[in-house]
Amino acid sequence: MSARARASVVAVVLAAALALPFFVSNFRVFQFTQVAVYAIALLGLNMLTGYNGQISLGHGAFYALGAYTTAIMIDHWNVPYPLTIVAAGVLCLVAGFLFGIPALRLEGLYLALATFALALAIPQILKYFEHWTGGSQGIVLSKPDAPWGLKLSADQWLYFFTLAVLVVLFVLARNLLAGRIGRAIVAIRDNPIAAQAMGVNTALYKSLTFGVSAAYTGVAGALSAIVIAFVAPDAFNVFLSITFLTGIVIGGLASISGAIFGALFIQFVPNWAQDISKAAPWAIYGIFLIGFMYVMPFGIAGAIRLVAARAARRGTAARA
Amino acid sequence: MTTMLSRTVLSALVAVLALVVPATAADTPGVTATEVKIGNTNPYSGPASAYGTIGKVIGAYFKKVNDEGGVNGRKINYITYDDAYSPPKTVEMVRKLVEQDQVAALFQTLGTPTNSAIHKYMNQQKVPHLFVATGATKWNDPKNFPWTMGWQPNYQTEGRIYAQYIMKNFPDAKIGILYQNDDYGKDYRKGLHDGLGEHAKKMIVMEQTYEVTDPTIDSQIVNLKNSGANVFFDVTIPKFAVQAIKKAHDIGWKPAHFLNNVSSSLATVLKPAGLEASKGLITALYMKEITDPQWKNDKGYQDWVAFMKKYYPDGALDDQGNAFGYTVAQAMVQVLKQCGNDLSRENILKQAENLKNAEFPLLLPGIKVNTGPNDHAPIEQEQLAKFDGERWATFGELYDASKK
Repeated sequence: MSARARASVVAVVLAAALALPFFVSNFRVFQFTQVAVYAIALLGLNMLTGYNGQISLGHGAFYALGAYTTAIMIDHWNVPYPLTIVAAGVLCLVAGFLFGIPALRLEGLYLALATFALALAIPQILKYFEHWTGGSQGIVLSKPDAPWGLKLSADQWLYFFTLAVLVVLFVLARNLLAGRIGRAIVAIRDNPIAAQAMGVNTALYKSLTFGVSAAYTGVAGALSAIVIAFVAPDAFNVFLSITFLTGIVIGGLASISGAIFGALFIQFVPNWAQDISKAAPWAIYGIFLIGFMYVMPFGIAGAIRLVAARAARRGTAARA
Repeated sequence: MTTMLSRTVLSALVAVLALVVPATAADTPGVTATEVKIGNTNPYSGPASAYGTIGKVIGAYFKKVNDEGGVNGRKINYITYDDAYSPPKTVEMVRKLVEQDQVAALFQTLGTPTNSAIHKYMNQQKVPHLFVATGATKWNDPKNFPWTMGWQPNYQTEGRIYAQYIMKNFPDAKIGILYQNDDYGKDYRKGLHDGLGEHAKKMIVMEQTYEVTDPTIDSQIVNLKNSGANVFFDVTIPKFAVQAIKKAHDIGWKPAHFLNNVSSSLATVLKPAGLEASKGLITALYMKEITDPQWKNDKGYQDWVAFMKKYYPDGALDDQGNAFGYTVAQAMVQVLKQCGNDLSRENILKQAENLKNAEFPLLLPGIKVNTGPNDHAPIEQEQLAKFDGERWATFGELYDASKK
């Protein structure tokens, strides 16, 4: 697809996203806000797994860290919520970077297991620091209203707020990945030895990627705490981390738009599965998963790219 | 021509509106001339999916009610969604029930963290949030949360019942406590501490905890024995209750053993642990323990078995959850009956607050359900029972938390 065509697609999607909350119910707006939150988390994980080739089964832990940072700052210190999101991002950046250093020694499946341990541990750790986290009772927050006297419902406002964060983070990610740093990240995935021979500091880049990835997921967690207005350890079990991994694979590995497709999938497909069969929703979900992987082995983003390329080829052939 | 066409379109529109409007009339959402919508969430998947049977048996009971003509001529349209015990999912599903499905009331949403996540929302929306399936104490707070109402006796109450009994019958008690390290275990512990009052410091000689993910609790039992405790307050879920009873028996520790109601099932706890080892256990009951042989010829029990066979044949007859859901569904039907023809949310709440000495066939004889505008705790009575090797023999008088 030409750059021009791509820009117009992005513009149309963005315009649709901006118009959406005025045409659907508050409940749907809330669901799409969750899609935006998931998309940010998935983009974070995709940087690490899709672009850099490090498998993480524990990104739910960073999501939880972000969510609790926001909840505790609001609940204990009355910090305005936009600031808490920045704090959650910075904290997760540091935590991710530090976790990334020992993780350097672990490759592939071993890293997957180490991160899996993180996902397993987090609900119990959250219960342990009961004074701060409220233990298994969690922390109840209030939903913020629209500021500056805007005539928006709380749901609409949070949708626009989340969308704004998403756009900023997506643009940043695109700039990061399209440039020199992005090429280094991908090179490490494709052939770490060759990358090192070319002068890429693989250790630094891998840890940094881990940090940035965790920061994105942490920001998403922070947003989720505000959107749901409640945090509790039960929300951050192992299944959440697996869901994220499902999302990036279905959406399309190493693809920025894939994060959005993946987010739509993990938000809506479980609900559809439940509508189809109350008795065995996860069996239906499994069929969806296998179906998607069979039909679109490179994820939804990969399939779209393929169709677009084919159409373009046909277009040039017709003109010739 | 065009005017005629537009007139046809217009009249068609009016006809459609006439059909649609009563269904979505603002004052009585979820209610039509033929049905009333009741919403629910349950963990049909995920870590707490064993409780999902409660959501299913409720649906089966409503089906029976509908087959028999419904309530005041209206069928109950029961909409239940899976929340996998995950609070964000509960929020989403409950918003779907309230805003999209437009249910008249929410009923028996299961779990403490899940209900906490929707507590504020339900009261902002002013939708009845009735008979929630959790033993936490915070649901009985009509001043701050007038639309939320609990159901079962809370864990703290039960802890206080044991405390009272211990102080009266074991003045020299040395109490050892084992509890699950979460809100459920801590609520029981707090109830016991509060009930003992100033005696707590002197009487409690050791407290041990376990995580729900632990493989065994053997070492905790050994520690408790070595502490010299002669009263054992056992706050464990069925899997660990079996271990605790067995281990205490095996190492020859014979304290007065108080087992929480959560694990009072003969089929899932006492039989696997051994009936001989279980002899002498004391618990507090408010329902008939359905695997207890003393209820075999009880009419309430037999009706329930007949119902299970016809409407929920997949449901286990030794799972107390199926008796629990059946009973609470009966209470909901009672509320709807009392509403008569006025199924506005205000009236549903008003009637839920107006249960007077209601009795249900699977509650222990004598246990009465009472509510009021200032009393959002429907069941507040329990009775102590001792296991005699064969059945739970109730003794003493009914304990009533509302009178203490």
